[in-house]
Amino acid sequence: MATVTRGGFLTLAGIGTAAVLVGSELGFDLAQATEIKQKLRIAGATEAHSLCPYCAVGCSLIAYTRKEADGSVKLLQIEGDPDSPVNEGRLCPKGATSMQLATSERRVGQPLYRAPGATEWQKMSWDDMLGKIAQRIKDSRDQTFVATDKKGNLVNRTDGIAFAGGAAFSSEEGYFATKVMRGLGLTHLEQQARV
Amino acid sequence: MTNHWRDIKNTDLILINGANPAEAHPVGFQWFMRAKLDPARGPGKGGGAKMIHADPRFSRTSAVSDMYLRIRTGTDVAYFGGLSNYVLQKNLHHADYVKNYTNASFIVKDSYNFKEGLFSGYDRKKRTYDADAWGYETGPDGFAHRDKTLQHPRCVFQLLKKHYSRYTPEMVSTITGIPKDAFLKVAELVGEMGRPDKVMTIVYAVGLTQHTTGGQLIRSGAVLQLLLGNMGRPGGGMNAERGHANIQGNTDHAISWEILPGYLKIPQPGQKNIDDYVTKSAPKKSDPNSWNFFGTNYKKFLVSLLKTWYGSAATKDNDFAFSYIPKPLGNSSWMTIFDRALQGKMQGLMLSGMTATSIGPDSNQVLQALAKLKWLVVMDPFPTTSSEFWHGPGMTPASVQTEVFMLPTTHWIEKDGSFVNSGRWMQWKDQVIPPQGGARHDHWITAELFQRVKALYQKNGGKFADPIMHLTMDYKDPHKPLLDEIAREINGKDLKSGKQMATFAKLADDGTTTAGDWIYTGSYTEKGNLSKRRDGVQDPAKNDPTGMGFYPNWAWSWPLNRRVMYNRASADLDGKPWDPKRPGIAWNGSKWVGDVPDYPPKMNPKDAKAWMPFIMNGEGGGRLFSSTMADGPFPEHYEPMESPVKNALHPDNSASPVAFLYDKAAGRENRFGTPDEYPIIATTYRLTEHEHFLTQQVPHLVQLAPEPFVEMPTGLAKEKNIKTGDMVRVSSKRGKMEVRAVVTNRVGQLDLGDKKAWQVGIPIHWGFVGVAADLHPERSMLWLVNALTPFVGDASARTPETKAFLVAIEKM
Repeated sequence: MATVTRGGFLTLAGIGTAAVLVGSELGFDLAQATEIKQKLRIAGATEAHSLCPYCAVGCSLIAYTRKEADGSVKLLQIEGDPDSPVNEGRLCPKGATSMQLATSERRVGQPLYRAPGATEWQKMSWDDMLGKIAQRIKDSRDQTFVATDKKGNLVNRTDGIAFAGGAAFSSEEGYFATKVMRGLGLTHLEQQARV
Repeated sequence: MTNHWRDIKNTDLILINGANPAEAHPVGFQWFMRAKLDPARGPGKGGGAKMIHADPRFSRTSAVSDMYLRIRTGTDVAYFGGLSNYVLQKNLHHADYVKNYTNASFIVKDSYNFKEGLFSGYDRKKRTYDADAWGYETGPDGFAHRDKTLQHPRCVFQLLKKHYSRYTPEMVSTITGIPKDAFLKVAELVGEMGRPDKVMTIVYAVGLTQHTTGGQLIRSGAVLQLLLGNMGRPGGGMNAERGHANIQGNTDHAISWEILPGYLKIPQPGQKNIDDYVTKSAPKKSDPNSWNFFGTNYKKFLVSLLKTWYGSAATKDNDFAFSYIPKPLGNSSWMTIFDRALQGKMQGLMLSGMTATSIGPDSNQVLQALAKLKWLVVMDPFPTTSSEFWHGPGMTPASVQTEVFMLPTTHWIEKDGSFVNSGRWMQWKDQVIPPQGGARHDHWITAELFQRVKALYQKNGGKFADPIMHLTMDYKDPHKPLLDEIAREINGKDLKSGKQMATFAKLADDGTTTAGDWIYTGSYTEKGNLSKRRDGVQDPAKNDPTGMGFYPNWAWSWPLNRRVMYNRASADLDGKPWDPKRPGIAWNGSKWVGDVPDYPPKMNPKDAKAWMPFIMNGEGGGRLFSSTMADGPFPEHYEPMESPVKNALHPDNSASPVAFLYDKAAGRENRFGTPDEYPIIATTYRLTEHEHFLTQQVPHLVQLAPEPFVEMPTGLAKEKNIKTGDMVRVSSKRGKMEVRAVVTNRVGQLDLGDKKAWQVGIPIHWGFVGVAADLHPERSMLWLVNALTPFVGDASARTPETKAFLVAIEKM
């Protein structure tokens, strides 16, 4: 049902754009061509609901994917969700290009390690990285843990490790980070809201 | 936001300060324009709203506003204070609202006073206030004395009137640089908004928060809104535009040193047990008709959290493992982390989707701090100025001993979970595609690290491991918890029945309920995950039954799906909406209808014992006067730490007397500049095409806005013989940028009484990492705007003063 409505929405959007930009001077109906191109791009696609990753207006997105022959899932298109009471289908330049963020070639592909004094990164396996970091966390916790402060108060805190982040990941990940970091005794816990 | 994006269409007047929504929140801005232009905007009068933009820089927001006021950055307390003064002097406040719905009638102790820019209780040596000097005068029952005639010389109303009587239109003009006539035109418009059938909204962003007086800049707007009776009403409120997709959700969940989830205060050293903690932390009932809902239930929320985190290890006998919660040394906020690192007291730092170097403040000092760490973990999909800091500006890689771990993480679209927008709407998203390349989810990395640390303690022992051993990990796979499982945990359950809690009103303090964050209790009930609901504008008649734009079955809004907070204040004492055309909630004779009431659903407002409207604080009324701020009970104008002028109100106490001076306290060199060396006022801002620093990795957006620049006024450029496109050096006491000049009339000169000052603006987005930096590797070393900003922040929140500082500009 929703997809049919959305098809109509796309058609209207296509006609509006074509009329303003070029009219029918090209000798064929650009609106129709745009519509056909759009339809081909998302034909047989799976529709999923997402949200814009940038500011906090909270614009809803529709993301189209297709399962490829090799079993991988290809992201075909992202557009504004017309049902949302927040954005009613509209997106700004950032939201409208969010597909380029999602499919970027500039991502870090594997864990990277930089030893003290090194001038280059070196590739390292997840297992080795996580093993090393876990050891650092334990060592720093043990070395800087304060069970009782100078006034004799029971404080049970880790003074020498800090955690910051979370404005870009899901709420549930944020809650989980709070829980784990407090569990490890951290008190230096900060997020983008401060800065 | 007390309200939400779509609600802005319901207003009559929009004041925008320290924000530029047309460019920074363009899609949200449609609701501002609908208020102005759309004849079918809703039950209010169609269209016709007015918009006033007070900002250092003329922007696209200004271009479509009814009035633009060039305000000096960081002086909005004078602007709002001047408006409050105008309203009070002309008796234009909403009298019934002020008398019954605020603390205007509360009588303050005679130890309160304000002289020469200092409130009573000041300790000059420690640079702090003792807020006890500002309490209410109380009777033997502990309740505050009140004078409902508002005539008592020490009632809040009279003290407020006296306090702001100094904020005359002339004084406002001298401080802010806004011409007196323009200010008075605004005051006239604002003055009409105290009528019950009118409503105004105030919208702001980090242009208000990022100052040494940030908390009070916002409070000064809230005080004005309370005087006009606009808090709690559709089309009203104080509305913060958040700048990141989930800054709201992860503040609610307390990735923030001073709180536990749901804004419970962090326990302090010396608080020996839960009762002691609650006594010192929870709001206290100060009037017989105040419900004090938060204070009354504080213990239930904390015990439910401890049961969630420590499970069967949290028992009545061990005070629900209260001792497991770490108690901080002192302030542990953002700048404190880097201050301690500089002092060699911080060994490790984990950054997840946040780059310390670019964020600053004083990026050069932050770089030094990172170089003093033993280890740094960066969890991010892209390289950042923090993962790459060791070959950043001023760094010699071979001498940087910090061990750096770069862990590639998944994007928003590669995982499900919720984002919470500025309007507190918790909206669920799908996992659209699987993790790309070698990326892993942040929470799976956190979970795996936790399991490995736990295993090390099990194997080798170590310092007090009980909180680690007992931290609940009741997920199908504790190494890979599902966000759905965590969402259920956050909501909480009844341990006796095993059912999901439907409301936080049913949480208990005896260990029989859980709730990971009580303000989200009700989001994931036995009915399922309510943040997935999608009844939106596809059928407005059905999905927006009140026509007010609440859309109650689209996603879920905290608390309890309430769309406008404090909405009891949207109706009069009898329960009738102040403006029947724009109701929030209304009493129909047997219950409250409309939005989800911020009030007991069946409490008869005419009952003599009916609660006052603001149920979350001890007073039961909005606080015109507050003893919870570090820098005074009334907002007062103080100059930024770096300013070209002395405070016109009290030159001897010019800047905030209580802002914490990190560099001075640590014995580091003075890093503040003087107006002789650095005569130009600078502020920072965002562009539409970029979001913070992340979009430096998005080629289309870098193409649209490719390079950093300083935007400077035509007159100043002429003085210095600078043209658009020329390379200029912008320097502060702390660092420099070398960027192109963009000469415009959007920024300008301010007339500050006996002095004139230039004001410039610099966009924040660039650094030495990203698409543009790859093209200009050497030049990009001098692209960090926060190399200029001062390492000092708000007295209460410690938010850095990155929006007001002094620079010098020279042509290269």
